[in-house]
Amino acid sequence: MGLELYLDLLSQPCRAVYIFAKKNSIPFELRTVDLRKGQHLSDAFAQISPLQKVPVLKDGDFTLTESVAILLYMTRKYKVPDHWYPQDLQARARVDEYLAWQHMALRRNCLRALWHKVMLPVFLGEPVSPEMLAATLAELDVTLQVLEDKFLQDKAFLAGPHVSLADLVAITELMHPVGAGCQVFEGRPKLAVWRQRVEAAVGEVLFQEAHEVILKAKHSQPADPTIKQKMMSRVLAMIQ
Amino acid sequence: MGLELYLDLLSQPCRAVYIFAKKNGIPFELRTVDLLKGQHHSDDFAQVNPLKKVPALKDGDFTLAESVAILLYLSRKYETPDHWYPQDLQARARVDEYLAWQHTALRTSCTRTLWQKMMFPVFLGQRVPPEMLASTLAELDRCLQLFEDKFLKDQDFLAGSHISVADLVAITELMHEAHAAIMKAKDLPPADAAMKEKLKPFIQLLLQ
Repeated sequence: MGLELYLDLLSQPCRAVYIFAKKNSIPFELRTVDLRKGQHLSDAFAQISPLQKVPVLKDGDFTLTESVAILLYMTRKYKVPDHWYPQDLQARARVDEYLAWQHMALRRNCLRALWHKVMLPVFLGEPVSPEMLAATLAELDVTLQVLEDKFLQDKAFLAGPHVSLADLVAITELMHPVGAGCQVFEGRPKLAVWRQRVEAAVGEVLFQEAHEVILKAKHSQPADPTIKQKMMSRVLAMIQ
Repeated sequence: MGLELYLDLLSQPCRAVYIFAKKNGIPFELRTVDLLKGQHHSDDFAQVNPLKKVPALKDGDFTLAESVAILLYLSRKYETPDHWYPQDLQARARVDEYLAWQHTALRTSCTRTLWQKMMFPVFLGQRVPPEMLASTLAELDRCLQLFEDKFLKDQDFLAGSHISVADLVAITELMHEAHAAIMKAKDLPPADAAMKEKLKPFIQLLLQ
């Protein structure tokens, strides 16, 4: 058995892993784990990963979680072009810096925007107060400003003149609120232009393919009540 | 000017960076940024790190935020012994996995625990509802169990048989409540209104 990637393209980190593998022609078996059907909570999947999250990489007997670790593993094993994770000390540090910062910053805010605006009300039938949604979107706005001012600045891409893992992780994160119907790029011409560059670097077809699921998120079927019960506390912990 | 490290040992990620630099004999100028005095909000410090957080590194004109990025930069630039961030593909992946997981798991849990249990009442003069504290402690417990079962398992260290940056980051997290620098916080006078105002967004985050 070759490389297996356990993914649900609803999930932002899964999209980054998927795009990266496809773009670099890394051969893998796609194992879909349908989050909205609660498949990640199954006993079978717990055998694959006790953390019960996606993405997961399985390479023979070696199992790996955490999208950043997975992206770095693939980068090294498959010797992808240098720009994804440059050898240059300072350029690489810039990528590392973004990949570390995003966990509790952009990723968190994008996740909350999607769940507060769409997933909690539509998928889980849990209303979200307008004040809570407004607060979440305001936080997202602040983070987008940081992304522009501190990370992008006047560069073509986040870590310098070429697309890197940082851009891939960032763009897939930003598509979360886009999927929720938030106009993330309106009034942010710098980010809009950067987005176009990243999409062009990834390839339009691959980018669209990877984002089909998230762009339909607002049409999610309501969760099965048993699944909802299983998922509720984990969802609340995830979007804290 | 050589390498400068902007740190406050009150902060877990600062401790990891400090220990790593000292252990590896990396020469640096220590620039203390006193968090409880709000020094991370100064204009001077914003020049070093516009994110207004510690740790931060300055190497000539090059500035860098985020402890994980700093640790990796130091390990590469100063060519520290392999075990800290092993060349071996799978061992390195285990370190990366831990360093990624901890951001939203153990680090968050330990920070929330320290603040809700001690810093809120002592430093900010605010009580945290008992249910919230109970929930935070339960979450910490869950993280610690995952740490043991999924990351440490039966190994000597997180990435295998040798210590790595993963262990350093983890141990400094877990020492958050016991570290000597924290003990001093108990003797601090309560924060004034201006400080509380500055801390507002951070506090909101900790109570969510």
